[in-house]
Amino acid sequence: MSTLSMAAEPVQADTQAQDNVVEVRDITKYYGSDIHALNSINLDFPRGQMTTLLGPSGCGKTTLLKIIAGLLEPTDGQVMVNGKQVTGPGPERAFVFQDFALLPWATVLRNVGFGLELTNKPKAEREAKARHYINEVGLSGFEDKYPHELSGGMRQRVGLARAMAVNADVLLMDEPFSAVDEQTRRKFQEDLLNLLAHEKKSVIFVTHSIEEAVYVSDQIVLLSPRPGRIHSIIRPEISRDSSPEDIRRDKTYLDTIEEIWSDLKKYLE
Amino acid sequence: MADTTFYRLVSVIAVFIAWEIAGRIPISVAFPTFSSTMAALYDMTADGSILRAYGQTLQPLGVGVLISAGFGVAIGVSMGLNRLFQWFWEPIFVVLQASPVAALIPLITYAYGIGLTAKTVAVIMLAAPIIVLNTYKAVRNASPSLIQMCRSFQGTRMQEIWRVIIPNAAPIIFAGLRLGVAAGFIGVILAELLITPTGIGDLISYNRSIAAYDYMYAAVFTIIVFSAVMVGLLEKAEINFFRPEKKKGH
Repeated sequence: MSTLSMAAEPVQADTQAQDNVVEVRDITKYYGSDIHALNSINLDFPRGQMTTLLGPSGCGKTTLLKIIAGLLEPTDGQVMVNGKQVTGPGPERAFVFQDFALLPWATVLRNVGFGLELTNKPKAEREAKARHYINEVGLSGFEDKYPHELSGGMRQRVGLARAMAVNADVLLMDEPFSAVDEQTRRKFQEDLLNLLAHEKKSVIFVTHSIEEAVYVSDQIVLLSPRPGRIHSIIRPEISRDSSPEDIRRDKTYLDTIEEIWSDLKKYLE
Repeated sequence: MADTTFYRLVSVIAVFIAWEIAGRIPISVAFPTFSSTMAALYDMTADGSILRAYGQTLQPLGVGVLISAGFGVAIGVSMGLNRLFQWFWEPIFVVLQASPVAALIPLITYAYGIGLTAKTVAVIMLAAPIIVLNTYKAVRNASPSLIQMCRSFQGTRMQEIWRVIIPNAAPIIFAGLRLGVAAGFIGVILAELLITPTGIGDLISYNRSIAAYDYMYAAVFTIIVFSAVMVGLLEKAEINFFRPEKKKGH
């Protein structure tokens, strides 16, 4: 039917062989006694890859991401990071927030270094690191600005730099581009891929944009709603070496988008 | 910055001119002109009576405001962070805020006599509820997303409180402090008018009783200026210590 590898449990086969940075085992989440957000989720996140959680609203994708981050407690199940079970936030994971979550009273420099400040790194070290990542995300010259002086896209770059500065293995990104405009969003996606190409990070990315998911991901996890379950796992076979323009015109890219859309459509009635 | 100073000045001068005109009509025999009030103020400053009066008034005011601010912010923060503290303190301060304190002042004199303590208590009764309730609400409504951010980067509970919740709540806490200080002024004047005439309250009631209305209004005028200066200084302190981003303007 297509060139995509789609199966109900495609991860089981290569579990032994591949190195997973995060493994999710039987995660179930209830809010209160009646809202069933997630139902027995089993997932592997391969090291060094970008995995997207995609699905319609109400499928629990942000809930799952926050459980992996240790910000929410699952009702049942475990999260393993680097093979060890975790129950709270840890230094191997860094979160990028949908609403940026920058301290309005702190400069860009302090905001980017805030993760290091909380783990009591010396001032000189954290400022040096912060300056490095401010430069990486293309914000040099804005070190002494406050968040309200920046545009939405620039604020999210600060959020990204803050997450990179703590040198975690996994970046957890919760709809990081949903609050920025379309042009900024495209530029940001391209920059993110470039940045990740030489930072060797694993990324877990939540989005409701199919195009975005297919464009940035090595692996897409489609979730279906009420309660959130894994619908399918897709690995778009798109060469990352082509230019952004070529990828967006690539036949596989466009087919994958269509495929996912026809799959998701039935949940929208 | 320069042009707002200009408009503020124009606003103040316009009020003084209106005051002068109203006094010259006159709208009431008990309403002095601006110029005669200023002349009276000069007299009272020259003979030292204003200074002596403030020496007396500032004691209960200063002590009362300091106690209200210190304990008020501490109690308010504890209420915002912990439901148990909230259940304990909230009814007390809501009742205090809702009650007509002027009517309770005779009660204070039964309990604490007519000295400094009674006046300080009057100041606290007016200032503390506003400070406590504002602080509590500011802390309770601190941004959940910033708190989550702090947790996700392994911030401890103490770091969360000191580096996120309190700076986040600072604007509303300081708004409460400004209103609380203004209420403290009302409290001390009420106490000086209703308990025993001392300080500024004495200047007001004495000059009213001898129909020296320009002197009476001069005393009232100094309170307004003093209160406004205090409130302005608090705003400066807030921006300097907690909200540096507001220093640069917009």
